[in-house]
Amino acid sequence: MAASVDFRSVSVAPILHDIDLRIGAGEAVAFVGRSGAGKTTMLRLVNGLVKPTRGDVVVDNTSLASTDLIALRRHTGYIIQGSGLFPHRTVYQNISTVPRLLGWPDSKTRPAAEAMMAKLDLPLAKFGDRYPRSLSGGEQQRVGIARAMIAGPSILLCDEPFGALDPIVRRDLQDAFIALRSGVTIIFVTHDLSEALRVAARIVLFDGGRVIIDCPASQFTSQPLPLVQRFVEAANL
Amino acid sequence: MIGDILRATGQHVVIVAVSVGIAIAIGIPLGIWCARRARAGRFMLRVVDAIQTIPSLALFGLLIPVPFIGGIGMRTAIVALILYSLLPIVRNTLTGIRGVDPIVLDAGVAMGLTDSQLLREVELPLAMPVIVAGIRIATVVGIGVATIAAAIGGGGLGTLIFRGVAMVDTRLMLAGAVPAAILALIADVVLSFVEKRMRI
Repeated sequence: MAASVDFRSVSVAPILHDIDLRIGAGEAVAFVGRSGAGKTTMLRLVNGLVKPTRGDVVVDNTSLASTDLIALRRHTGYIIQGSGLFPHRTVYQNISTVPRLLGWPDSKTRPAAEAMMAKLDLPLAKFGDRYPRSLSGGEQQRVGIARAMIAGPSILLCDEPFGALDPIVRRDLQDAFIALRSGVTIIFVTHDLSEALRVAARIVLFDGGRVIIDCPASQFTSQPLPLVQRFVEAANL
Repeated sequence: MIGDILRATGQHVVIVAVSVGIAIAIGIPLGIWCARRARAGRFMLRVVDAIQTIPSLALFGLLIPVPFIGGIGMRTAIVALILYSLLPIVRNTLTGIRGVDPIVLDAGVAMGLTDSQLLREVELPLAMPVIVAGIRIATVVGIGVATIAAAIGGGGLGTLIFRGVAMVDTRLMLAGAVPAAILALIADVVLSFVEKRMRI
């Protein structure tokens, strides 16, 4: 079940200033902006990796201040640049981390892992026993996606997940990602506007720790602000 | 003669094994604690570092008058060796845990691992090669320092060396020195192998 996320007058000193933003259940939103704009901090507020200095983050109508963060995180997928795979665990052990934490029996985890890996073009039979170091960057990130999504999270947080990949692999992974995302609220941080437009239906532009623009993806490029136009030019759409 | 060497070697192994074992039991938790608390960790590291700086014979000398743990004999030797073995184990545990890739830790926390799960499943396994390197250094140094323990009646191979020196008997000296050197080499090779096996 997708969950809603509500930022209520949230500040994180000295990065974010008085943010009010509501993301509905099942929405796919991209946070764009320059480095240091505060978009990663926004993302990390959602699973409690960062605590607000003022204001409140509310997930599914419950304030994070009064939520069991461990339980919340087990239902929140997190995909980051460089994948963050456990180097000492096999691909299958990595993917089955959250199911194990949730107490799934192996009879439920293995078919779920097989299905997820098949969708990501990495057959479990071939890759399951391998270690992350023997995979390419693109393959590692596919495992990272599988690990984040296997247990059917209600929110998926993505922080520049395809940032370190070459353009072709990046494109493939965006396609694989788009095919997988349903029934989940997605927040996708990127500084690549063309990526944001591909994966999200709504774009929120941050600068200096504030929301500059919040609009449907289809209307973003026609916004007259100079900062938007610089992003559009840089993206070479 | 052979019987004497075997007895002394056995004693030597026991002294080192017991003291390194206790040092591991104290040092790894202490290292984890130091890794969690930056300032207290630095202070604690300086304390174990200071202990290591004391010359070994002086440390034995300092311990002898201490009630309960001191006196002449094996117990004092073991206490001194524990204190000596702590530094490499604490320092390497700290270094190993601090050296874990922050992105991997971040992913672990974000997946909902509790603090103790993160320690057991991610930090300790990834720090293990560095921790084992610390245990190897502690063991090799311990085997050397334990020969001096004979000076305070600690037993072990040092007994043969000191007796050989007193009697100007080269064979007796070598009967203690050679097995001690071999023990140190074996410990180094075996623990180096374990360390390599643990690297990913």
